[in-house]
Amino acid sequence: MQYSSIHEWITFTDLMSNPYVPFDTYNLPFDIGYRLWEILGGLIAWLVNLIWPGNPISIWLVDEQVLVLFGLILFMVIIFLVAFVVCLLVLWMERKVMGRMMDRRGTMIGLKGFMQCVGDGFKTFMKENTIPTKVDKMTYIWCVSLIVGLSCLVACMIPLSYRWYVVDYDSGLLIIMAFFALAPFLILVSGWAQNNKYSLIGGMRAAELMISYEVPMLIIIATVSLMAGSFNIGDIIYFQNEHLWNIVPMCIGAVVFFACAVAEAERVPFDIAEAEAELVEGWQTEYAGMKWGLIMLGDYLRGTVSCGMFTILFLGGWTLPFIGDASQWAYLPIPELVFLLKNFLVFFFMILTRCALARVRTDQILNIGWKVFMPLAVVNLMIVVLLKDGGVF
Amino acid sequence: MDANAVYQKPTVEEIAQILPAKFSAVKVVKTEERRVYATLPRENLFEVCTYIHDNLTFEHCSTVIGVDYIDHLATVYHLTNYYNGVMIELAVDIPADDMHVDSVTPIWEGANWHERETWELFGIVFDNHPKLERLLTPETYEFFPFRKSYKLRGSE
Amino acid sequence: MTDSIVPIKEIEENMEKMDTDKMWVIMGPQHPFSHGLWTLKVQLDGEIVTDAEPIVGYLHRGWEKETENREYPKIIPMADRLCYAASMTYTHLYCMTVEKALGIDIPEKAKYIRIVADEVCRIQSHLMWLAAVGTDLGNLTVFLWCMREREYFLDLNVKLCGARMTTNYPRIGGVRNDTTDLFDRDILRTVDRFEKALWDIIYLIDDSSIFVSRMKGISILTREQVANVGLTGPAMRGCGVDFDIRRDDPYDNYDKVDFEVPVLTAGDSYSRYMIRVEEMFQSCDIIRQAVQKVKALGKNAPYRIKTPSKVPAGTTFTRLEDPRGESLMYLVSDGTDRPWRLKVRSPIFVNVSSAKLQSVGTRIADVPAVLAQIDMCLGETDR
Repeated sequence: MQYSSIHEWITFTDLMSNPYVPFDTYNLPFDIGYRLWEILGGLIAWLVNLIWPGNPISIWLVDEQVLVLFGLILFMVIIFLVAFVVCLLVLWMERKVMGRMMDRRGTMIGLKGFMQCVGDGFKTFMKENTIPTKVDKMTYIWCVSLIVGLSCLVACMIPLSYRWYVVDYDSGLLIIMAFFALAPFLILVSGWAQNNKYSLIGGMRAAELMISYEVPMLIIIATVSLMAGSFNIGDIIYFQNEHLWNIVPMCIGAVVFFACAVAEAERVPFDIAEAEAELVEGWQTEYAGMKWGLIMLGDYLRGTVSCGMFTILFLGGWTLPFIGDASQWAYLPIPELVFLLKNFLVFFFMILTRCALARVRTDQILNIGWKVFMPLAVVNLMIVVLLKDGGVF
Repeated sequence: MDANAVYQKPTVEEIAQILPAKFSAVKVVKTEERRVYATLPRENLFEVCTYIHDNLTFEHCSTVIGVDYIDHLATVYHLTNYYNGVMIELAVDIPADDMHVDSVTPIWEGANWHERETWELFGIVFDNHPKLERLLTPETYEFFPFRKSYKLRGSE
Repeated sequence: MTDSIVPIKEIEENMEKMDTDKMWVIMGPQHPFSHGLWTLKVQLDGEIVTDAEPIVGYLHRGWEKETENREYPKIIPMADRLCYAASMTYTHLYCMTVEKALGIDIPEKAKYIRIVADEVCRIQSHLMWLAAVGTDLGNLTVFLWCMREREYFLDLNVKLCGARMTTNYPRIGGVRNDTTDLFDRDILRTVDRFEKALWDIIYLIDDSSIFVSRMKGISILTREQVANVGLTGPAMRGCGVDFDIRRDDPYDNYDKVDFEVPVLTAGDSYSRYMIRVEEMFQSCDIIRQAVQKVKALGKNAPYRIKTPSKVPAGTTFTRLEDPRGESLMYLVSDGTDRPWRLKVRSPIFVNVSSAKLQSVGTRIADVPAVLAQIDMCLGETDR
C-alpha cells in the first residue's frame, strides 16, 4: 500500500458490525470514542505509512480489535470528562446559588464565575505537597487516592441515558450503592492515620453517621426495586416512565432518601465528620494542597452521585412525560440533558438545605436516623407493598 | 439594726451603719447614691466579705484591683447587689514588704481570674487561692510589670 | 440475646478491662470556633466534655500600664481599641470615669448622643455575635445576613463621626461633634429597616428545629452559679438574674428613656440567645426615644464643655452596661495630667473564666455553640 490515499485508512464503519464491541446495545460515548480513534488512528496510520510504506504498525492501528481497544480508552476519558465537568458545574452552581441566598454575588471571575472553579482547581494543584511528619504515610496518601478514586468510579458509573452508560448490569443499582458506601470506611481509616485528634474524632463521626443513614437508605432502595421488580437502573426508569414517577407514590421515601443522600454526600446539615466549627476541618484537617483539592473534588463528585441516585430512583431518570426517552429524535442529546437537568434540580434543593439549616449533632443524627428515617422508610415500604398487592402497579 | 439578719436589699444607709457596727475595723469613708466606699485592714477581709456575701446578699464580685502606691500597695474590691444595684468598694492596704492578702475566690468564684491577674501583674499573693498561676503573661515571665518600679520606655 | 456468640456478661467484663482514657483536645489559638486568639483545652470522654480550661493572654499588651504614661485625652483613642466590635462603649466609659473624677456634669445633648451611639454599638456587637452563632452552628447564611445588617449600622457610625469601627467619638466633657444634618432621619430609617430584617433572621433560626435543638436544654446554668462566677450581661439575664446596669444603676440619661430588660429563667443556651435578640429590639426603641430627645434639644444646644487637663487626686470608678456585660473602670489619679492607675474590668475576662462551668457535660459539638453565647472579644479580655 504505497502512498495510499487517506480515505483508505479513515473509514467510518457501522459500530455494531464490529464483532469485538463489548456493548450489547448502542453506546453513545463509546461511539464517539470509536469514531475519534478511527480518525486519529487512521491519521497516524496514514502518516506512518507515508514514511515507511507497508509497515505492520499502520495496519495494526486500524485493526478491528485495536479500534475497540483505543475506542474504549477514549470512551473512559469521555465518561470521566463529562462527570468532571458536571462536578465543576455543580460546584459553580453551589457558589452562585449560595451567594444569592446569602445576599452576595458568589464568584464573579470569568463566564459568570465558572472560571473561578477552574482557577481554584489549578491553585490547589500548584501547591506544595506537604506531608506532616507524624502521620502514617502510606495510609495517609492512599486514603486520598482511594476516596477520590472511588468517588470518580461511582460518578462514572451513573448512566446519563439508555445509551450513555458504562455497564448495564441487572444489579447496577446495588453495585453503585456498594461502592458509594465504601468511602466512610476510608474516612475512618484516614482519620486514624493522620495522628490528629480532630481527624480521629471526625473519622469516628463518619462511621457514626454511616450507621445512622445507611439502613433507611438501603430499605428505600429495596422498596424502589420492589416497585419496579428489578435492580437494573434502566428497568427502574422505564417502569416509572410507564406508570408514574416514584416521587408521587413514594413521597415519604423520597424525602427520607433526600436526607440520606445529603448525609451520604456529607453536606450540611449532616457534615458532622468535617464540622468546621469544632473540628477545624474534621477528618481532612491534615490534608493540604493538592490532596485537599482532590478530596473536595471527591466530595462534589459524591454530591452529584447522590443527586443522580435521587433522579434515577424518584424522578424518572432520563425520561420525560409524553416524550419518554426521546428515542425518536435519537440524533439530539435530549435524554442526557434531561437527566443532567434533573440532577441539577436535586442539587439545587441540596444547596437550599445547606443555606437554610444548621449542622446537627452526632447524637441527634443517630436519633433522627433510627427514630425518624427508619420508621418512615418502613412505612414507605408498607405503602408500596399495599399498592403492589392492591394491583395499582 | 440587727447585724445578724439577712438583708436582701440593703440600702446605702443600712450598709453604712451595719458594717462598722458588726466589724469595728471597717471604716466607711463616704457614701454616694448606690455607692458605699469602705476601707478595712487585710486581716478582716475574708470574714467581712463572707458577711457581705451571706448577710447583705452581695452576690457578685465585679473586680479585684491591685494598685501600687510605691510606699504600700492596695487591693480594691467592687461588690454588687443584684437586687437594688448598690455597690460596695472595699479598699485594703497591703504593706510593700509583706504582700499577702486572703483570697475571696472561695466566696465569689468570679474573683478567681482577677486575683490571678493581680498576682501576676503586682505580685500580691492571695492566700488560699485555688490556682495562683500566670494568666496573661507567659509562664516564664520574671517580673511584676504593673508595679511602678517597672518603668516604661517613654516614662523617664 | 441468649444465643449471642459471645455472652453479654463477657463483653461487659471486657469493656471494663478495656484501657480507655480521657483525651485532652486543645482548641485554639488558631481555631474556627475561637473568635480571636484564645485557647480552650477540653477534656473529652468520647464526645462528652468532662473538663475545660480556657487559656487567654495572647493579646496582652499592657493597656493599663500604657495609660499611665499618657495624658488623659490621649487615652480616648486607646480605649477605642479595647473592643473592636463595640468601640464606643469603652470610650464612653473612660470619659464618664474621668468626668466623675473631675466632678463635672456634661450637657444633656451629649448624654443623649452618647446613648444613641452606645445603642448603635450594641446592635452592631450583637449582630456580630449572631453572625458568630450562625457559623458556630454550621450555617453561613445567618453570618452573611447579620454582617449585611451590621454594615448599615457602621454607615451610621460614619454619618455620626466619620469612622466605621474605631470611632474616637466621645470626649471628656461631651462628644466630639454634634449630629450631622439628617442624622435623625437616617438613623430612624435604618432602625425601621433593621427591625424587619431581624425578623427574617429570627425566622431562619427559630423556625428551624435543628437550630433550636442545638441550643435548647444545653448547658443549663442556675441563677446562683451565674451570680457566683460573675457572668454578666445578656448571658446572665438569660439565666434568671434580673439586673441591667442601664436600668438598676443608671448612668448618663438612661433613667430618662423607657425600655424593658428582657430576663429569662430557663438558663440554657437558647434563652441566652433569645435575650440578645430581644435586646436588639429594645435598643431600637431606645434609639428612637434618644433621637427624639436630641432633636427636641435643638440645633444650638451645647454638646461639649471645656474640662481641665489635670484631674484632682483621688479614686473613682464607674460602670456601664457593655453589649457583653458589666464593664467597669477604676481610676486612681494623683493630681497630674496622667492617671496613676487605670483598671478596666472587662466582662469577657470573667465570662471566659466560666467556660468550664458552661461546657462541662455538653458534647464537643456544642462547645462552640455554648461559648458563642458569651460573645468573645479578645481585645478587651487580654487588654
